Amino acid sequence: MHIQAPAVLARVIGAGVAGLCAAYALARRGVDVEIVERERASGLGCSRFAGGMIAPWCELESAEPLVATLGEEALDFWSREIGVATRAGSLVVAPRRERVELSDFARRTSHFEALDGEGIAALEPDLAGRFEAGLFFPHEAHLDPRAAMVVLTERLAQMPNVVFRFEQEEAGLAPLPDWTIDCRGLAARDALAGLRGVKGEMLILRSEEISFTRPVRMLHPRRPVYVVPRGDGLFMVGATMIENEERARVTARSVVELINSAFAVHPAFAEAEIVETGSDLRPAFADNLPRLLKRDRTLYINGLYRHGFLLAPALARRAVEVVVNDGYFPEVMDAHSNQRATAGRPRHHVANAAAGTGV
Amino acid sequence: MNDPLRLYEVALSSRLLLGTARYPSPAILTESIRAAGCEIVTVSLRREAGGARAGEAFWSLVRDIGVRVLPNTAGCRTAKEAIATAQMAREVFATDWIKLEVIGEEDTLQPDVFGLVEAARALADDGFEVFPYTTDDLVVAERLLEAGCRALMPWAAPIGSGRGVNNLFALRALRAHFPDTPLIVDAGIGAPSHAALVMETGYDAVLLNTAVSRADDPVGMARAFALAVEAGRAGFLAGPMTPRDMAEPSTPVIGRPFDRLA
Repeated sequence: MHIQAPAVLARVIGAGVAGLCAAYALARRGVDVEIVERERASGLGCSRFAGGMIAPWCELESAEPLVATLGEEALDFWSREIGVATRAGSLVVAPRRERVELSDFARRTSHFEALDGEGIAALEPDLAGRFEAGLFFPHEAHLDPRAAMVVLTERLAQMPNVVFRFEQEEAGLAPLPDWTIDCRGLAARDALAGLRGVKGEMLILRSEEISFTRPVRMLHPRRPVYVVPRGDGLFMVGATMIENEERARVTARSVVELINSAFAVHPAFAEAEIVETGSDLRPAFADNLPRLLKRDRTLYINGLYRHGFLLAPALARRAVEVVVNDGYFPEVMDAHSNQRATAGRPRHHVANAAAGTGV
Repeated sequence: MNDPLRLYEVALSSRLLLGTARYPSPAILTESIRAAGCEIVTVSLRREAGGARAGEAFWSLVRDIGVRVLPNTAGCRTAKEAIATAQMAREVFATDWIKLEVIGEEDTLQPDVFGLVEAARALADDGFEVFPYTTDDLVVAERLLEAGCRALMPWAAPIGSGRGVNNLFALRALRAHFPDTPLIVDAGIGAPSHAALVMETGYDAVLLNTAVSRADDPVGMARAFALAVEAGRAGFLAGPMTPRDMAEPSTPVIGRPFDRLA
């Protein structure tokens, strides 16, 4: 006779990418999951404006090595387990005058091949003759955040141990769960000191004249940009980074700058249709690193900053280990862990030494 | 303090000022400021401005570091814009200090010296203590002082270029013409040796941003610049020897040098 342990109930608050990934990981481990979301559907918060680049090594340009280590776990999750990511790599280019930016980028990152103009054209024929040098990160991936969250939501909805409660606030819900997984993003600043919002603005353009197979990042000292193909002639162009908590206002200046930069990637973007402009706040702590904080029976997953899709799978896996096995992961659970801060050490040395640790 | 830097009646011991833009994170910014031992940081308001106090989270992070904030009008393109930004900065940071930038050319971020003088005069009349970001032009410097500035911030090279001192002759001329005005080199410094050179030339202080924020290790680079500024200043105070040209013949000697006889 098989004796089943009494089921654990976890209540996940917030159905953005962090909450959906946490719910999915918990449900797969047999935990009963209730997802509470104040909006009418999942994925309506800042996750919907994400670039969707699963680019752990490119991110080393400005992020700590921990982001790459955790981010590597996202590649298989999105491309194999959920099946929504395309693994076609990322391409990094720079205008002729800013080629020094490429060598800085190369010094800080890893897992790339250097390309000349022909190499760029072989990967992206529409960029033929436009750039003389670039970097190719062949193992990286990209996805459409909104489509990815729809697929993840559908998967969850099909699981017998998962319940969605939309247009619900957490307060007053019964029964009391064994665990609360707080994935509210910036809304959790009532509980998390030091959480701030970093404004980002993005555009979605439509152009039938250009086709890219993979995200293209153009480096520039003041106006870097990335263009992520979303299929059907759609391109996501992002993203500004402004230390400002003014939500949902896209300024004319930002639109001009983003379009200017997209134009520098390919002039045909000047003729593109502006399908959407978007703006939201990325939740971040002062070190721009993610946290998995445990307080009694509440776990906070927050501070994913500009790396929501890159970091959510790794944080979700660790959250499950905390819930099921009382696991402890100092790199995300202890803000003072020496595995986190690398300030004061040459970052490229640390970056090259960082290998995937897994869970 | 043995050798204080005096800016608008405020005495300071550090001669290195840091900008706060483009660091990998606010945590690394904080550590860099501490490593540099700097007492003044500049904060740009314009990009962060938006609605009422929308940049508060970042500003309070900077304020919590406990150093003096020199707000700047980075990115302003007209005197009018710069004046409005300065007035907002006075409210947000409760200081009359303003680093005045009026940009005349988008690509090189070269100052529009005409708008600069106009804005400096209006702000000085309004009680501001103005730190104008200017070129190395002597006549413009003179006009800025006439307008009421009591410190000048000439460039070494274009903002963010990291090229070091483009025109040492011009910087030396400025120093010679305005021996009693605090002169702070702002913009263009890339390596600690550039900062040391500027300080050896007799400049009062150095302001930099990109050279630290975009280094591989910003905290380590902040420390390096602090040492360079200190070394340059100490060298200036100690009075460097004048270089000799050994390629010219000295006093004539007969035959071989005397050391052969020893």
